[in-house]
Amino acid sequence: MTRQDLCIVGAGPAGMAAAVAATEAGLRVTLLDEAPRPGGQIYRDVTRAPAARQTLLGPDYQAGADLARAFGASEAVHLAGATVWHIEEIEAGFALSYSHDGRSHVIEADALVVATGALERPMPLPGWTLPGVTTTGALQILMKSAGVLAEDPVLVGCGPLQLLLAAQLVAAGRPPRAIVETVPMANYARAMKHLPRALRGLGYLTKGAGLLAKLRRAGVPIYRDARDIELEGRERLEAVSFTSRGKTHRIETASAGLHHGVVPNQQVTRLMRCAHRWDGRQKAFVPVCDSYGESSVPGLYVAGDGAGIRGARSAALAGRLTGLRVAEKAGRRASPEITSLQRALARDAAVRPFLETLYAPSAQALAPSDDTTICRCEEVTAGQIRAAARANAPGPNQVKSFLRTGMGPCQGRVCGLAVTGLVAESSGRSPGDTGYFRIRPPLKPLPLSELAAFTPDDE
Amino acid sequence: MTTNPASDLLVIGGGLHGCAAALFAAKAGLRVTLLEKDSVARHASGVNAGGVRRLWRDLAEVPLSERSMRMWHRISDITGEDCGFQPVPQVKVAESEADMAVLAARVARMHAAGFSHERLIDRAELRALLPAVAAHCIGALVSEDGFAQPFQTTRVFARQARAAGVRIHEGQPVRRLRHEAGLWRAETDEATWTAGRVLNCAGAWGGEIAARIGDDVPLEPVAPLMLVTQRMRPFCTAVVGTAQRPLSFKQMPNGTVVIGGGRLGRADPARNRTDINFREMTQTARTAREIFPIMAGAVIQRSWSGIEGRTPDRLPVIGRSARHDTAFHAFGFSTHGFQLGPATGALMAELIATGRMPPEIAPFTLTRFAIPDEARTQNRRVS
Ligand SMILES: Cc1cc2nc3c(=O)[nH]c(=O)nc-3n(C[C@H](O)[C@H](O)[C@H](O)COP(=O)(O)OP(=O)(O)OC[C@H]3O[C@@H](n4cnc5c(N)ncnc54)[C@H](O)[C@@H]3O)c2cc1C
Repeated sequence: MTRQDLCIVGAGPAGMAAAVAATEAGLRVTLLDEAPRPGGQIYRDVTRAPAARQTLLGPDYQAGADLARAFGASEAVHLAGATVWHIEEIEAGFALSYSHDGRSHVIEADALVVATGALERPMPLPGWTLPGVTTTGALQILMKSAGVLAEDPVLVGCGPLQLLLAAQLVAAGRPPRAIVETVPMANYARAMKHLPRALRGLGYLTKGAGLLAKLRRAGVPIYRDARDIELEGRERLEAVSFTSRGKTHRIETASAGLHHGVVPNQQVTRLMRCAHRWDGRQKAFVPVCDSYGESSVPGLYVAGDGAGIRGARSAALAGRLTGLRVAEKAGRRASPEITSLQRALARDAAVRPFLETLYAPSAQALAPSDDTTICRCEEVTAGQIRAAARANAPGPNQVKSFLRTGMGPCQGRVCGLAVTGLVAESSGRSPGDTGYFRIRPPLKPLPLSELAAFTPDDE
Repeated sequence: MTTNPASDLLVIGGGLHGCAAALFAAKAGLRVTLLEKDSVARHASGVNAGGVRRLWRDLAEVPLSERSMRMWHRISDITGEDCGFQPVPQVKVAESEADMAVLAARVARMHAAGFSHERLIDRAELRALLPAVAAHCIGALVSEDGFAQPFQTTRVFARQARAAGVRIHEGQPVRRLRHEAGLWRAETDEATWTAGRVLNCAGAWGGEIAARIGDDVPLEPVAPLMLVTQRMRPFCTAVVGTAQRPLSFKQMPNGTVVIGGGRLGRADPARNRTDINFREMTQTARTAREIFPIMAGAVIQRSWSGIEGRTPDRLPVIGRSARHDTAFHAFGFSTHGFQLGPATGALMAELIATGRMPPEIAPFTLTRFAIPDEARTQNRRVS
């Protein structure tokens, strides 16, 4: 394929908006995503969901449909079902190796927009590896793509997604069994000081309040300030036990959805060795970017949640901004829209300090007990990681060499931040100084036969 | 800037070679300090394929390799831990009669030189040893060698060295090294260390350290590429290569298959970085699948690489400096120095402590690269 002006990885709101903006400005653009249809996580299958499901999922989901339509109508080439497994810097650009229909190909571009979004922050609690325990995000994906509704789940953790899914289940006539919320009461007071600023993003707050009212009306029990959570069961999940405001509870259930926020998906930006910094409030690493989304690697931009969690509306704004900026740098006319997009982004971010303070990740899951499994692939516990860190493993990569954490099929996506956190805790250094796994290709597992048949130079 | 009390020996580099030499030097009674710019086992010694191989080594390396092999078999006695060492055969398969002839000639040469550890096997014996091998393979060269866990091994040597009194300082890149008033002075960003003798075990950075004291060695940084698959059912109990094509193949005890063998990525020692080049690995993947048809169903999980120093003749630089009696080198192991670690460490310690050159390491002095003076300035700029 001929060299592109721009390649975009990820067909969520950021990626689609970047593609629309860059093609409007006349760039040759190819967007790659492993999913068969555009939408990303938030607007998954938005182009295909029947009207009834769209109504169920709410007006925000429908907003995605408009963006997906604009993307579909644009000049951008959409490589759907294309899994990018390696990216290399080449002369003034990038070469992306990707797998498509069982064959690997290479595509080159002058600029790259990484719009690979967020991952759910894993929530290591005792028993979280039992069958029947999944994540809220996974429950929602089932609903969006297959219309499957979870049976009576107990939703454990915190965050807007938790409430949203609960409200969607209520709307579908299948309310969740209970919400077990990990937010300490003190967070409500702490978050209040960010409220005035958050009011500038009033829409978010009224939406949140609306969700809560809906849940209350439906009689979904909400247990607040939950601690000492345990997912119990022998072969599979049987019950969720915890204490809430001094009282012990045990709810029998075969299904639980865990969630305590989302974090930037760092796989691509780490692979490319972009500089990252620790965001103390988001409690996650974010790539260091300028105000247009350009990372420390020239020509590599990050748009959307991958650059720091800001939600879908900001992702679309940031995607558009980045698309215009890439065009400008490629010698197209500077767009007057850029500054207004930057202002809109700042406005949309006003609610973040409030949300980040209120829905800070669960303290129990951030400092898991020694017997809690952290690395599911290699079955390594928090205690083993602490011991390795104390026995002179100065960083996550040495822990990986000792214990194989991060070497399994998930390639560190699940255990990465937890390992950083445990090493930081054991060494007394900040997570930022502790660092993160080095990420090596392939980004996704690759069949050996496909590599054997790969002829990158004939493309 | 602090100045530390003088030691007898300063070792630069916390790879297997630095740690092993430091351990044996301390056991020989020297006061030893080791400086490592990153962390122990961060580079080649911690990330290599773990092959403990005598098979197919250059004849000059065989006596040293034999000596090391004897130490590997006693590794628990020497270090107190097994280092993950597993004795298994190393095998070089023949894919044609022409390959068989090449292997037979090798055996003849080895026998003539008095070495008997490499042995030719026929199709039946190969099949018995490796039932999963492809039908077109008609025989092999075999040696009873093994593999070990590189990160663990290097860490164990470091721990033993500490226990024997070696002071190991990590995060201490030696920026300046000079000989002054009978002492070597090494400066890092934070401190100065002095010692009567210095040993350069700086791996891919060894040429740079050597150049600083006036020894010129042509050293190229290289990045051998490795692949590892997801777990597979056990099917291979040997480390396998081929007579003519680059391949190093083994199945780990946990079922994953580690594949490497000579293909190179880009190495950038100044930035501690390597870049993986999958173009190079397509051929390796093909070879692996052709030698073991079961690999058609394998899934690649991860790739990695590490930085190693390679000399023009692919043999290490071991021995005394050409310019200073009190400076020594052991670096440039050219992608096969893991197996040589224990013996090289022991013999370097012997050379440094006694001044006598053990015959096993005598072939590797850097004077073999003697180059005319006008070329030297040129060369220094390169390294
Ligand atoms: C991917 C790969 C696979 C391999 N497979 C095998 C195999 O199967 N079998 C085998 O026998 N060999 C193998 N090798 C080769 C083997 O790993 C090396 O030959 C061996 O580890 C070299 O050890 P070393 O101590 O010389 O170097 P290193 O382990 O690189 O150690 C040198 C150390 O010196 C430090 N240093 C450098 N400059 C300074 C300075 N100025 N100040 C302080 N410290 C400094 C570095 O940080 C480094 O830690 C492989 C190598 C690689 C990269």
